[in-house]
Amino acid sequence: MKEVVITGVGAITPLGVGADTLFDRWRAGEVGIADGEAPCASFDPLEFFTRKEARRSDRFTQFALAAAQEAIAQSGWADDAAYEPGRIGCVLGTGIGGLGTLEAGFGVLKDEGPDKVSPLAVPLMMGNAGSAAIAMAHELRGPVFGVVSACAAGANAIATAVRMVQTGDADAVVAGGSEAALTPLARAAFAALDATSTSGVCRPFDARRDGFIMGEGAGVLVLEDAEKARARGAQILATVRGVGQSSDAHHLTAPRADGAGAAAAIESALADAGIGAADVDYVNAHGTSTPLNDRSETVAIKLALGEHANEIPVSSTKSSIGHLLGAAGAVEAIATIASLRQGVVAPTLGLEQPDEGLDLDFVPGLARPLPATNGRKPIAISNSFGFGGHNAVLVLEAA
Amino acid sequence: MSTTTDATQVEATVYKSLETFGAEPTAIKREATFEELDVDSLDLAELSQIVEDEYGVKFNSSDVENLKTVGDAVDFIVQRA
Repeated sequence: MKEVVITGVGAITPLGVGADTLFDRWRAGEVGIADGEAPCASFDPLEFFTRKEARRSDRFTQFALAAAQEAIAQSGWADDAAYEPGRIGCVLGTGIGGLGTLEAGFGVLKDEGPDKVSPLAVPLMMGNAGSAAIAMAHELRGPVFGVVSACAAGANAIATAVRMVQTGDADAVVAGGSEAALTPLARAAFAALDATSTSGVCRPFDARRDGFIMGEGAGVLVLEDAEKARARGAQILATVRGVGQSSDAHHLTAPRADGAGAAAAIESALADAGIGAADVDYVNAHGTSTPLNDRSETVAIKLALGEHANEIPVSSTKSSIGHLLGAAGAVEAIATIASLRQGVVAPTLGLEQPDEGLDLDFVPGLARPLPATNGRKPIAISNSFGFGGHNAVLVLEAA
Repeated sequence: MSTTTDATQVEATVYKSLETFGAEPTAIKREATFEELDVDSLDLAELSQIVEDEYGVKFNSSDVENLKTVGDAVDFIVQRA
């Protein structure tokens, strides 16, 4: 199988604009959560787009476009495309798509009648709008589409992109996830499910955790055929050693308590990477701060990694930025790459009272060096799980 | 709308709409083509909704094919209103 590398990353998150901002602030223990939510408060669309572009895109597409611009610039083909346009794809995950557009359109329908609904409503709300907009902005004419798997979508998108490169359908793929669901309907609906925190505090794996904090943003990565990336002299940030995907086939919202579905995805990712549990140096957990996820994920990590699970750090990016839903898997992959490259494990913030049985090394409070690997390039797994029982795990290795 | 529909008024509505869609305000004039202004079929669908509301005139897609300039659209609306 072809080796697939990452040559560019871009992120818009509640910690600010830029992939460096994300990891630098998380490792410093900073939090992008305020009043129980994690908005991208510093993101100004007009810094990135013309008035027309801004009108033609839902907020989730704007995040995706801005993150893609950063990632593509870093990969070095912003001005001079590295490949034929037909050899570059784009796969973007989202949990919901243009929910803000949908809600605004429905408001117009109710209040002013069907004749007043904007012709832009469908093209802005559709879940594939982000991938289409990135393709148009950067002239990507290869396979371009969205993937939908709730909070695993960003990771499923990256996994899909990896396979696309490995099978030769594309030489490079711009992939990631985006979400902008801080809307009245999403707030009410997640609260009705008792999924979001009532305390407004994100503290994964803590005994007092009471739900996730909804965030918004996007993460986009440029994946390339390693051989071709090297041939063009690209800077390589990381290698995607393997991907694993599975389904719980169990419940619409609850993960399997025995962690079997998530563990299967981890095991499948390790097998795809051709490594064993002992080769994993760090786990970037899904770690949502919900009672159910954090328990079943702990069980799954132990099931898949065995005794080795007790010897390595496990931390949650969501403790700093909340849950970016369909963007989470991509943003967390970017944070994981930064962790591997800098040799630093960023902490699980807010974790003070470990819950019974949740006894892995969750790196509470403060960042620390990545464990020594005796000269071997460090390897991490990044876990993503979504409502519907979708599990996606990436194995990432520092370049 | 009565026969008193004023071309100046229609022109103002069309110009303001095009500006809202993101066209460069100084480039908006009767002779400017929609292509030059980067005004596409989605913008014209929005414009149709606005002028239907104000003047009771609707463009369908075959009408849009014949509307090449800002002046074409203004005249079309004035004639039908």
